Amino acid sequence: MTATTGANERDQLAYIAAKAADSRVNVELETEGMTLNIGPQHPATHGTLRIVARLDGEQVISADPVMGYMHRGYEKLTEVRTYPQVTTLINRIDWLGSFANEVPFILAAEKLMEVEAPPRAKWIRTILFEMSRIANNLLGLGDMAAQLGAVTPVFYAFRDREYVLNQVEAVTGGRFHPNFDRIGGLKDDIPAGWIASTKDSMVKMREAADELESLVFGNEIFTARTRGIGIIPAEVALEYGMSGANLRGSGVDWDLRRDAPEGMAYNEADWKVWTHPDGDSYARAWVRLQEMREGTYIVDQLLDSLPSGPVMAKVPRIIKVPEGEAFVETENPLGVMGYYIVSKGDLVPFRVKIRSASFNNIAVVPWVLKGVYVPDIISILASLYFILGDIDR
Amino acid sequence: MISSVLAVELAYWQQTTLRVIGGLVAILLPAGGLVYVYLFKMMSFMQSRLGPMEAGPYGSMQLLAEVGKFLQKEDIIPTKADRFVFLGAPFVVLLSTFLLLLVVPFGPDAWFVDLDTGIYFAMAVSSISVIGILMAGWGSSSKYSLLGGIRAAGQLIAYELPMILAVLGVVIQAGTLNMNEIVFAQANGEIFGWGGIGNPYIITQFVGFMLFLVAIQAELTQPPFDMPVAESELVAGYMTEYSGLRFLLFFIGEFATAGVFSAIAAVLFLGGWYVPFLAPEHNLYNVLGPLVLMAKIFGVAGLIFWFRFTYPRFREDQLQRLAWKFLIPIALVNIVATGVLKVVF
Repeated sequence: MTATTGANERDQLAYIAAKAADSRVNVELETEGMTLNIGPQHPATHGTLRIVARLDGEQVISADPVMGYMHRGYEKLTEVRTYPQVTTLINRIDWLGSFANEVPFILAAEKLMEVEAPPRAKWIRTILFEMSRIANNLLGLGDMAAQLGAVTPVFYAFRDREYVLNQVEAVTGGRFHPNFDRIGGLKDDIPAGWIASTKDSMVKMREAADELESLVFGNEIFTARTRGIGIIPAEVALEYGMSGANLRGSGVDWDLRRDAPEGMAYNEADWKVWTHPDGDSYARAWVRLQEMREGTYIVDQLLDSLPSGPVMAKVPRIIKVPEGEAFVETENPLGVMGYYIVSKGDLVPFRVKIRSASFNNIAVVPWVLKGVYVPDIISILASLYFILGDIDR
Repeated sequence: MISSVLAVELAYWQQTTLRVIGGLVAILLPAGGLVYVYLFKMMSFMQSRLGPMEAGPYGSMQLLAEVGKFLQKEDIIPTKADRFVFLGAPFVVLLSTFLLLLVVPFGPDAWFVDLDTGIYFAMAVSSISVIGILMAGWGSSSKYSLLGGIRAAGQLIAYELPMILAVLGVVIQAGTLNMNEIVFAQANGEIFGWGGIGNPYIITQFVGFMLFLVAIQAELTQPPFDMPVAESELVAGYMTEYSGLRFLLFFIGEFATAGVFSAIAAVLFLGGWYVPFLAPEHNLYNVLGPLVLMAKIFGVAGLIFWFRFTYPRFREDQLQRLAWKFLIPIALVNIVATGVLKVVF
């Protein structure tokens, strides 16, 4: 009796010990997820965006963007600057398409003051607006190729962008930060000979677009890395408030240049809104390429039909914007950008709310990065094409 | 080797010194040449810029300036690094390069070791660099390094196989594993009875040559297979935490290995040190051979670097799929075809 009990106890103890060893092994084998901080200092984020990615091996379990490392408080700063001074500041929001940042603010101020820019000013505004889109999209595509590991296209993009920036500089005096738009028109007229040289540069931009198309889009590895990767369906894109080429890459036919062209001359040109039904990284890049090419045609047509006349409407020397509120959005290179201006009839705006495109475009990141591989984080972020200044303002 | 060329008797220490000097020259000269010609100049010209122009005529001294810069930098060791593993990794990588060079023939009598299993030895020691890279990835105690190291290990192991299978075709055709014998086999070969230019195996083993190029591109972790160092994702992969001298060693290792792999490709497929219309037994080859081989190294490396500067990179799973589902079946078919043709002719 006792012997059997002893044997039982031994068995039980051995069983318990085996179970304990088993569970120890299981604890040892249980792999923990790894948290990878991509950024704030990282070569792929062009600034200080941080993405907290929780990984299982190379697969992303969750990814959260952490923004605000470059917050410069533009909304508050505008409250202590007179209206003409504000354009200097907001140039720096999307620093690759600076002129486009000024336009919605000026349009909103014009709306409050009830002045309208003369036709010639509208035309030149639209031309410069499109040129900043061309420069921006070109660099975005080159940069996307660089993020995917191709070292050469980005240099072509930088080289060819100069043709546009030279033209912008010829008019405004600034390559990067033109600060050219004024309430009621423009600072200056275009210089002599500018129309012909701009047309030449537009031919060069079309060549650059062709070159990029064959070098990047025609590459099998590029298509393998972008086709079917980072698919954002139209409903999700709309839910997250995406805009611009990212939204049109998801097949939503919405473009404020066509749908709300007030204050601009887009209706005077014959052009097309490009969309792509796929919604993947390739589609977004492809739409960007087509928009760049379409932009050169818009510039060409507007240069042909450029009306004569003044570039400045009659506005008082010291600008006081009457009391009221106005919100104007335009289709900027990165997407919809809007300014909500509240004026108390002062020299300075009472409150300005800036709606910038990248902030909303980047909001979809946690949704779209779930389940992708680490290399795809970079390619999807590159295809969403954000500018840090446009996220953090 | 040199004693037999100069027909003088040298003491053991003299021979050894000459061998060490010869090895360093054979590693560093092609590596430096490749860096200057391809990394500094060809890449710049492809990207419509001039590249280094200030240091020396056309920037030719830039490399010395870079080396001087790296030597001055502080050798930073992360606090939590696995110290010995971290410190040793670059040397292990470089060791593999030097071992690879051992069996490369530079002339009929100019070699370091004349192994009968030469190419087998080369394929074996080329894997040692994986250990060095894994050491660097693990020892750095950095997440980026770890990801890069693991990626490199998976990639290098996957691409060993197509490389070896590509080489097998040559071995079947030459009927020997000795690399110098392979050169002689090509030099004495005939194309349908015409022995004018010998029979460089790039003609009969073109598929094998392409497979070998793809495989060494992956072995060198160069674009489109540079995920282990993918600078836009992993900062610098397994090299992230390295600086100063140790980074320089990795850098030299990368380009020296490119040179040595190009040399092996030249020996296997382009006739090595042999030039047409000069009988391979000629003694002149012991002087001319290294120069000829150097020219061929630059030709093969030109292709490697051309791909490097043009293509975007694959994703890790796509790379594995390419190796296992595409390259290896083709290599096997190539071996079968070579074997059948060997019997037929």
